[in-house]
Amino acid sequence: MAPVSIDNGLMVAWALFVLGFIGVLVRRDLVFVLMSIEVMLNAAGLAFILAGAKWGKPDGQVMFLFILATAAAEVALGLGLVLRFHHKFKTLDTDAASKMRG
Amino acid sequence: MTTSFYLAAAVALASTLMVITRARIIHALLYFIISLFSVSIMFFVVGAPFAAALEVIIYAGAIMVLFLFIIMILNLGAEAAAQERQWLTPGIWLGPSMLALILIADLAFLISRGGVYTNGLYAVTVRPKDVGIALYGPYLLGVELASLLLLAGLIGALHLARRNVPEEGEDGTGIN
Repeated sequence: MAPVSIDNGLMVAWALFVLGFIGVLVRRDLVFVLMSIEVMLNAAGLAFILAGAKWGKPDGQVMFLFILATAAAEVALGLGLVLRFHHKFKTLDTDAASKMRG
Repeated sequence: MTTSFYLAAAVALASTLMVITRARIIHALLYFIISLFSVSIMFFVVGAPFAAALEVIIYAGAIMVLFLFIIMILNLGAEAAAQERQWLTPGIWLGPSMLALILIADLAFLISRGGVYTNGLYAVTVRPKDVGIALYGPYLLGVELASLLLLAGLIGALHLARRNVPEEGEDGTGIN
């Protein structure tokens, strides 16, 4: 069988990352921004897994585990911030917090 | 095998595109879970079954449930029932279930061919045992750092999510 070339797999990871990046730039809802960051982290993990599979080494999966831990910690903190944001501004629009107090 | 990979990749790209274009959070969440499942199938095909299982259990299981909690907490109020009725229209779940059906067909094809576990895409399947040996061998310091990071995340989330409104009972636990 013809194996998948690593180039095509990395192109998929790149496209997923770009979609997440566009989501961060375009959306104004705080939860959508967090979800887009998750998409980007997931795409980075996909790139690591593909590279690790290419060389047949477990290092790619180890890095994926670290990315998973980072994503879990990030989403816990981010959602705590979302709760605080909603209590303070009664909305999830990021533009509500665009003014500094100082 | 190659077809399975590209089919899963197409489903991943389509569902991620739907994630960033949905108006409501819960719809985006449905599509994002489909996206995670398809990425998991891609992991499985390239010979990383451990990462594929973790993708489903931790990403699609634990992290998405956190998002669900936030949606449930924030959607208090009178309009929640009307939204609920609106969400239950058939058109909403049609798209995600179509993509999920494609993934199920993909997975059934992979299982029916058999021997996926020993015959990965690059003819090398990295087993969970190898990952564990690498994780607790050369990457031991990284494991410790990850545990510190998770502890910091736990404490930070507990601190951030407490509502310090004076009349709502500051009992020191941070949980009201």
